[in-house]
Amino acid sequence: MFDQLTAKFENLFFKIRNKGKINPGDLDSALREIKLALLEADVNFKVVKEFLENVKAKAIGEKILESLTPYQQVVKIVNEEIIRMLGSSSGSISFVPKGPTVIMTVGLQGSGKTSSVIKLANFLKARFQKKVSVVAADIYRPAAVLQLEDMAKNIGVDVYSNENLDPVSISVKGLELFKKSGSDVVIIDTAGRLHIDENMMEEIVNIKKKVSPHQIYLVLDAMTGQEAVNIASSFNQKVECDGIILTKLDSDTRGGAALSVYYVVKKPIKFVSNGEKVEDFDIFYPDRIASRILGKGDVMTLVEKAEKAVSKKEAKRIEEKIYKNELNFEDFVGQLKSIKKIGSLDKIFSMIPMAGKNKMLKKVNFDDSHLDRIEAIINSMTVEERRRPHIINGSRKKRIAKGSGSTVSEVNRLLKQFSKTRQMLKQFSGQKGKFNMPFGNF
Amino acid sequence: MQRLIKNLNYFWNKFKDNKGQFWEELEEQLVTSDISISTAGKMLDEVKDYVYRENINDSGKVKALLKKQIIEILNGNKDHKLNIPAARPAVILVVGVNGVGKTTAVAKLAKLFKEEGKKVLISAADTYRSAAVEQIQYYAEKLGLDMVSHQKLSDPGAVVYDSIEKAKARNIDVVIIDTAGRMQTSYNLMEELKKIKKVINKRIGREVDEILLVVDSTTGQNAKNQAELFNNALNLTGIILTKVDSASKGGIVITIKHDLGIPIKMVSNGEKMEDIFQFDAVRFTELIFS
Repeated sequence: MFDQLTAKFENLFFKIRNKGKINPGDLDSALREIKLALLEADVNFKVVKEFLENVKAKAIGEKILESLTPYQQVVKIVNEEIIRMLGSSSGSISFVPKGPTVIMTVGLQGSGKTSSVIKLANFLKARFQKKVSVVAADIYRPAAVLQLEDMAKNIGVDVYSNENLDPVSISVKGLELFKKSGSDVVIIDTAGRLHIDENMMEEIVNIKKKVSPHQIYLVLDAMTGQEAVNIASSFNQKVECDGIILTKLDSDTRGGAALSVYYVVKKPIKFVSNGEKVEDFDIFYPDRIASRILGKGDVMTLVEKAEKAVSKKEAKRIEEKIYKNELNFEDFVGQLKSIKKIGSLDKIFSMIPMAGKNKMLKKVNFDDSHLDRIEAIINSMTVEERRRPHIINGSRKKRIAKGSGSTVSEVNRLLKQFSKTRQMLKQFSGQKGKFNMPFGNF
Repeated sequence: MQRLIKNLNYFWNKFKDNKGQFWEELEEQLVTSDISISTAGKMLDEVKDYVYRENINDSGKVKALLKKQIIEILNGNKDHKLNIPAARPAVILVVGVNGVGKTTAVAKLAKLFKEEGKKVLISAADTYRSAAVEQIQYYAEKLGLDMVSHQKLSDPGAVVYDSIEKAKARNIDVVIIDTAGRMQTSYNLMEELKKIKKVINKRIGREVDEILLVVDSTTGQNAKNQAELFNNALNLTGIILTKVDSASKGGIVITIKHDLGIPIKMVSNGEKMEDIFQFDAVRFTELIFS
């Protein structure tokens, strides 16, 4: 996410950094580059204008031209401005002390409301141990209710739907029902609508009047163009949104819509949704994204995810093994599982600083199915073979290949890679103690 | 019309006393339509050159020049008509990212062909999204069309294979394939599409007649990445621009045509089944400046 904007800034600052001191012409060309980068990132035209004025005023005010470290100064100013544009609060969510907390989601067709409702429900269940229920208030799109019911079943969440009622009555009835059944959170999934469709906008106003949701979230596609600010303003004017759920961040979108929406409607982006899996949903951290844009990488997210997936004890054990050069295929398969828990490979790489700059990484297709194949090969080994890989001879290789649906040469390749990795890890572990991320040397 | 004259006068006045600002406002108008800044810049440079060379002092003329340029880009050397060959069945593969309106567009296209008196079969190859099959089935039943579908999470390639075999047996004129939404950056899912294309080519003994990327008007610059990567994988034959009633202008398709040469073939708006039209460059360009 935000890859290309990050690349732009990296280039720009690389140029300035090499010069040491900058002159007024440099500042203007830097600002022009920033303007292009932001426009290419879908940041709203008017927002870009204001952004540039702010950066320029600050740059002049802080006398960066006379500074010996103009690069750091400009980075700092741009960084601060972007964070300001993204909003300061990270997505905290407040629950009402009594009765269910009612959340309503609104947005355009195809922005990802239904998926977001399910992901949010799953998130609140997992993170806050809440009993969550959903109300299916989209009666327009064919099979929308069925879609919600199907997805809700997968995460163990109750759904209220009623094909004989209008969306307002469905919402009222659903809420009544889930109040009685003791839900902590009730999420209302409304139909997608255009922000310029007066009648449809009236409908959500009416739902709001009748059920008084505690939180209203606008679901916004991160790929939205210049119209994003108008979309957000219209919904906000009609129903006063509490925050935004930004979806489809797993594409290569530059995500400028996120920058401009907060700037214009002053509502925080609360959550981001970034993948096909129901777990691909998280709180939005403005500072982290801003540092991504500036090329520092989203290390915080990576570290947090790694911490969740790998226990400290396990990491310590692996570290010992690497140090003694005893790492075997059983550990390897454990590591693969940990990596999968963190996310897909390309997602992991997108969080590593400067990964975008690394030519070698750019060429690699981060295909998770490779991991599956490797896992299949290892699973076809006997326990003895996994623990003592050196006993794997020709006939064993044939058996393993057959068992895993691969070829002997694939098995060979894995064995070779493994022994190389073991060598490499041994070298790295020379700096013992520093090595506490098990996949740190990928 | 009143507004247009007012606008033109406004621009004219600007033009006279401050050309710099005039150009900037034209740039703003282009960029806010979601055309890329590089395409906008190139077009403006060319028009600027011409204007200064010919000493044109009429803002209306400047705008007309710009419009002409856009229309030329959009109309240039590619046909907007859907390619329906004499061979039966013709096959149309519809692809795109999540939420752009693929299924609705498939249904609308099917209705269009049916009204032309063609026998249409819908291939429900989105086996991934919950209730995707039920959604397209609703349309198929409503429109009285043949449909082939398999179980959820089954192989979409098999659905397509089956669809074409059935189409041959039933003397179908047009097969329209609805695929699951996917991000252009998802390697595995793009490979899956390539496989689907191979299956079709093999079954019909020629290249797929139409491979159409559905682009949502509200999408900004990322639509170009979408077109680029889907095109790399599949060799797109055209674009269906959806949600044109959404207040977004969809200007990025100008950049897509300019940079990648992929023509816009159909536009779709609204939820009514008949709201799908052949693309009209002149009308589209007028919308950009409205």
